[in-house]
Amino acid sequence: ATPDPLITEKQSWAMGTGDGVDATPYGLPIQYEGDVIRRNVEWLTADTISSINFSPIHALDGTITPQGCAFERHHSGAIELKKEDYRLMINGLVDQELIFTYEDLERFPRVNKTFFLECAANTGMEWAGAQLNGAQFTHGMIHNMEYTGVSLRTLLEEAGLGKAGDLKDKWIYVEGADASSNGRSIPMEKALDDVMIAFKANGEALRKEHGYPVRLVVPGWEGNMWVKWLRRIEVTDQAVESREETSKYTDTLENGTSRKWTWVMDAKSVVTSPSPQSPIKHGHGPLVITGLAWSGRGAITRVDVSKDGGKTWETARLANPGQPMALTRFYLDTTWTGEEMLLQSRAMDETGYVQPTKHMLREVRGENSIYHNNCIQTWWVKANGEAENVEVS
Amino acid sequence: GQFGLGRAALPEEVAAWDHDISPDGTGLPVGSGSVEDGEMVFSENCAICHGEFAEGVDNWPKLAGGMDTLDRKDPLKTVGSYWPYLSTTYDYVRRSMPFGAAQTMSDDDVYAIVAYILYSNDLVEDDFVLSNENFLEVQMPNAEGFIVDDREESEKHFWTEPCMENCKEHEVKITMRAAVLDVTPDHGGEDMAEEAAAEPAAEPAKEEAAAEPAKEEAKQEAALDPALVEAGEKVFKKCKSCHQVGDGAKNKTGPQLNHVMGRVLGAEDGFKYSKTMKEMGEAGTVWNDETMHAFLTKPKDFVSKTKMSFAGLKSDEDIAAVIAYLKSHSQ
Repeated sequence: ATPDPLITEKQSWAMGTGDGVDATPYGLPIQYEGDVIRRNVEWLTADTISSINFSPIHALDGTITPQGCAFERHHSGAIELKKEDYRLMINGLVDQELIFTYEDLERFPRVNKTFFLECAANTGMEWAGAQLNGAQFTHGMIHNMEYTGVSLRTLLEEAGLGKAGDLKDKWIYVEGADASSNGRSIPMEKALDDVMIAFKANGEALRKEHGYPVRLVVPGWEGNMWVKWLRRIEVTDQAVESREETSKYTDTLENGTSRKWTWVMDAKSVVTSPSPQSPIKHGHGPLVITGLAWSGRGAITRVDVSKDGGKTWETARLANPGQPMALTRFYLDTTWTGEEMLLQSRAMDETGYVQPTKHMLREVRGENSIYHNNCIQTWWVKANGEAENVEVS
Repeated sequence: GQFGLGRAALPEEVAAWDHDISPDGTGLPVGSGSVEDGEMVFSENCAICHGEFAEGVDNWPKLAGGMDTLDRKDPLKTVGSYWPYLSTTYDYVRRSMPFGAAQTMSDDDVYAIVAYILYSNDLVEDDFVLSNENFLEVQMPNAEGFIVDDREESEKHFWTEPCMENCKEHEVKITMRAAVLDVTPDHGGEDMAEEAAAEPAAEPAKEEAAAEPAKEEAKQEAALDPALVEAGEKVFKKCKSCHQVGDGAKNKTGPQLNHVMGRVLGAEDGFKYSKTMKEMGEAGTVWNDETMHAFLTKPKDFVSKTKMSFAGLKSDEDIAAVIAYLKSHSQ
């Protein structure tokens, strides 16, 4: 073997000096990671202001999504709202209608929790067949962050729920300060369970595109309900049936009937590497197959991986025990000798739900649902290490 | 409350924000609007994206048609064919439309727009007047078309013990490939990024402008304040939903704005301007500091019947900044 000049020759970085501590007061990824970015699909929407982009999940590892590459979905663009100009109103069937400033919110007892946020339309372009060639595009409408904030229960109790009477048939209606308002109705039971008013994500202030200064966190439920720039919470005795819960975010079945109030995100997983944007570049021998799994119903308990399109399965290793409604990282440490693979992953959650195949989903729902496609994904890994999004028999 | 935080909300404050309207009509303001008025208001404020007959333009939502398509391949979901409650239409139009100028319509105009959308879906006659009083009488065709989430019943078989061996009897074959469709924007991998970086920057199509009267004036304005241009770029975000500017800008909902400063009004090829905009241009009106300032202050006052639904910019500083930004794309 020839000696490696990177070792035998003196390198500039070992001789000169690097940047000082004042070079980047707020750091960015090093230039060599410049392709790990959100991307959008131009033909999907009429305009980028009411649109979506995708997290580069093919290039990330672990479970926490950095804010800077966590996908964005806006209905009227990401607005700039100062903390000083922020007001939160609680009104409707409460004992005392209240207004909070941002500072008020920071004085309530705080909670820290990590949750995934998945857009109901994630994988929605794949209903009728394999369409987009990359995990970023097929599964990138998801992120997972550690949120700091106040529990919604605390705020509702501060306003007092006596006036609401029996809480069983009550709702809250939540809306944002942007032009879309993106209003959604949430049953009181969920509102009092685990919903949060968040102002920090991954330790720092929310980004503008994720609802700075305050957003709603609705664990396990479709991303559209996580209202950004949250400005109002109304306690009501019925669902408002806003645009976002009737004309959108309803799932049309084959017979033309549509399901509504399909809030919870079903268990789902995807192999993030190897995948079309993350081909195998090394030679034969050890290969790490990895991916993400999640469920809106609770913790992931198991992920199986198939290399032959679902004929045989082996159980992958979870990097850490699954946490409720948060991303779980899985690994399959294996050996690859250049054989073609039809790679799949299959998630199971603590309720015993098993991620279905595309075929099983279509049998119940047809191909027009748009939302809630949690099918098993197949990557065709070829002999040269490249991968492609395919469907199999 | 236990913590004594926050303050009591005043009735005026609740009234200013609490606008949601429920299917039973709770929250509807008093008012009315006719199909006839609606046709005009819709044409001025909505047609640019949704089409004169609510049939939709480009990728913008179609609001009419699609009856009896919900059980077919690619159903067309419109207010008429899909929306179960009329209250949703009123609520949404009043709070979020028109795009880029939300909450600028009067309650009566919103009634008129909703009436016109109903008419364009053949759900009411052309002499119909919608009001808070007859609102609940309108029958929505797909009102009964929804069921509450039944996944735990209809998909009970997804809760199961998964198969590990010999799970498929047949040979596993590839039945569909994404690469054949080829609709992925770029593959987003390292190779693609390098390729894109290696490509020479696209040549801006500046030459075409030579024939325009813009040249003279643009030259005089050459010394632009870069800070002002930068500020203008920020303000221009408000315009971006309809207008493109810069390399490769195309006509979209509004005309592309390269070389707009110094040009006569209504002169961008291939864009369908309002009659008034066209006539003002033919009469020799040119976009300069004065005319652009007047237009951006209140578009409809300067060009009556302009198709631009934008309400205008409030601050003179913002207007000056946008003009500087447009000039930077007019040289």
